[in-house]
Amino acid sequence: MNQSTPPTALDESVLSEAQSASNDTGFGAHLLYVLRANPVTLLAFVLFLLIVACALFGHALAPYDPLATSAGDALQPPSAQHWFGTDSVGRDVFSRVLVATRLDLSISIAAVALSFVIGSILGGIAGFWGGWLDSVLNRILDTIMAFPLFVLAMGIVAALGNTIENIIYATAIINIPFYARLVRAEVNIRRDAGFVRAARLAGNSKLRVLVIHIFPNALPPMMVQVSLNMGWAILNAAGLSFIGLGVRPPTPEWGIMVAEGANFIVSGEWWLAVFPGLWLMIAVFTFNLLGDGLRDMVDPRKRT
Amino acid sequence: MVTAITSRQCRAVLGRLAQTVPVLFGVVVISFLLTRALPGDPAAYFAGAAADADSIEQVRESLGLDKPLPQQFLIYLGDLARGDLGQSISTGQPVASDLASRLPASLELTLMALLLSCCLSIPLGVMAAMRPGSAIDHLCRVVVTAGVSLPTFFTGILLIYIFYYLLGIAPSPLGRLDFIYLEPDRITGFYLIDAAIARDWETWTGALKQLILPAITLALFTLAPIARMTRAAMLTALSSDFIRTARAAGLTERKVLFVYAFRNALLPVVTTLGMVFSFTLGANVLVEKVFAWPGIGSYAVEALVVSDYAAVQGFVLAMAVLFVLLNLCIDLLYTAIDPRIGFDAQ
Repeated sequence: MNQSTPPTALDESVLSEAQSASNDTGFGAHLLYVLRANPVTLLAFVLFLLIVACALFGHALAPYDPLATSAGDALQPPSAQHWFGTDSVGRDVFSRVLVATRLDLSISIAAVALSFVIGSILGGIAGFWGGWLDSVLNRILDTIMAFPLFVLAMGIVAALGNTIENIIYATAIINIPFYARLVRAEVNIRRDAGFVRAARLAGNSKLRVLVIHIFPNALPPMMVQVSLNMGWAILNAAGLSFIGLGVRPPTPEWGIMVAEGANFIVSGEWWLAVFPGLWLMIAVFTFNLLGDGLRDMVDPRKRT
Repeated sequence: MVTAITSRQCRAVLGRLAQTVPVLFGVVVISFLLTRALPGDPAAYFAGAAADADSIEQVRESLGLDKPLPQQFLIYLGDLARGDLGQSISTGQPVASDLASRLPASLELTLMALLLSCCLSIPLGVMAAMRPGSAIDHLCRVVVTAGVSLPTFFTGILLIYIFYYLLGIAPSPLGRLDFIYLEPDRITGFYLIDAAIARDWETWTGALKQLILPAITLALFTLAPIARMTRAAMLTALSSDFIRTARAAGLTERKVLFVYAFRNALLPVVTTLGMVFSFTLGANVLVEKVFAWPGIGSYAVEALVVSDYAAVQGFVLAMAVLFVLLNLCIDLLYTAIDPRIGFDAQ
C-alpha cells in the first residue's frame, strides 16, 4: 500500500493541526471555547452531570422508599408531597423514577462497555492483519446487521433467558458491529503509516504496535460513537423491559414504569407513564446532544 | 423515457441477487443457533412451561434434538424449505400460518407510517437545505435530534392520552377496527384496501381512524433519519458543479431544484429508507403492544410472555428475511433510478 494515500495524508494533517491548536491553547481552553460557541452542548453537559448525580445519589435523595406501598395514597395526582404523584399501589413515582436512573444507566453502560471492548478487539485484529480473518468477521457483522436489531435483541433474550444480564449481553451484541467496523477502518488506514513502520523498526512486536501505537488513534471517533450509542442502548433496554423482558415488576425501571402506567392512561391517570417516559427521553436526548457536541470537537468537518 | 436494459445492468442485478444468498444463509444459521446451541435444554423450551418429563422427551424426538448438531441443522433447513417454522404452543397453530395471517396488519401499519413520514420529512429536509441557517433549518435540526430521542412506546401513550382521553377525537386504542364494524372480506389483508375493494366506506373510515395514531407514532420515530439524510444529500447536490452550470444556463430555480438537485439527492435518501425500515420493524413491536394492534409484533410479545419459543424464533427469522428482501428490492430499485450503479464495484 502506498504510504501517502490521500485519506491518510489528509487525516494526519487535520490531526496535527488539531493537535497544534490544542497545544497552543491547552485542552481546557479548547473545551471552554467549544462549549461557549455551542450552548446546546453546554446544556447537554449540565444535564449529563445531573443524570450521573441521580444515578450516584438517587437512593439517598429519594424522598420515599421506592418499593413501599401504601393503599391509602393510591393514584394520587402530582402534589407538594408527591411531586410526580403515586401509582396504583401508592408508591411515590418521583422516588421510583429517581432510583431507576442507576439501574437504567448501569445496564446501558455495561452493554456499551462490552461492545466497546469486544468490538475493539475484533475490529483491531481484522483491520491490522486483514486476510481471511477480515472477510470472516465482515460476513458475521453483515449477518448481524441483516436482522432488525431490536428484534434480534428480543430473540437473544428469549433464548438466553429472561434476566438483566442477558438484556446487557443482547444490547452489547447488537452494538458490536458499529464499534468493530469503526475500529477496523481506523486501524486499516494506519497499518502501513510511517509512524507504524518506525515503531516496528524500533523492535516493537506487532501486537504492541497495534495496541500502543495504532489503537489510540481510533479513540476520538470511538468516544463519539459511545455517546451516541449510550442513548440508543438506554432506549433499547427500556424497550425490552417495556415488553416484559429483563427487569421484574417491583423493581423501579423506566420501561416497566411506562408499561405499568400505560394501563391507566385511558382512564386519565397520566402521571404514571408520563414522568418516567419524560425522564427516559431527557436521558436519551442528553446523550444524543452530547454525542453531536463531541463530534464537533473531534471532527469539525462532519458538523451538519 | 425508455431505458434499454443493458447486459451490464443485467449482470449487476444477478450479482446483487447472488450477494443475498450468503446473508440469508447467515440469518438462518444465527436463527438456528438461537434455538439450539444455547444453555439449557431446547426440548424443554419448545415443550413449553407446562410440559412434564414425558412430553419433553417426545418433543426431543420429534424435533430430532437427540441427533448431532450438523444433522439437526440439515433437518432445520429441510423444515424451513417446506415452510415449517414449528408449532406455536399458545395458539396451537403452525407458526408460519400464524405469522402469515398477522403480517398484513403489521405491514399496513409500517407502510402507512413510512408514507406519512416521507411526506413530512422529505419536504422538511429539502426546505432546510435550501436555506441553511434559517428558521426552518433550525426547526429541522430540533426535530431531528428530538425525534431520535423519543421512545416510541412513550410517544404512543402520550398521543393516546391527548387524542383519546383529553380531546376524545381518536377511537379507543384497541386493535385495527372498532367492534361496531365488520371486518372486510380478506383479499389482501390490508383493511384499507379490502374495504375499498368492497366499497364499504364506513368501514374504510373506521379502519383509517384506528390506523392513524399508531402510524403517527411510528412516523415520528422515522422522521429524523430521513429528514437528516434529505438535508445532507440536498446540500451536497446543490453545491455541485452541475447545479452551478444549470443556474448559469438560466434554468428556472424550480427546474434546477426539482429536476436536477432533487433527483440526485434521492439516491442516498432511498438507501436510508432501507435502514429506517429496519428501525421501524423493531419499533413496530413496541407500537403494536401500546395500541393492541394484532400484528406479528404483538404476536411475538404474547409468545414471549408465555415462553412460546418456536413462535418467537419464527418471528425473528421472518423479520430478518423480510428485511433482507427489502434491502434487495431497494438496491434493485437503485439500479432503476441510477443506471451507473454496478454492485460488483462495491
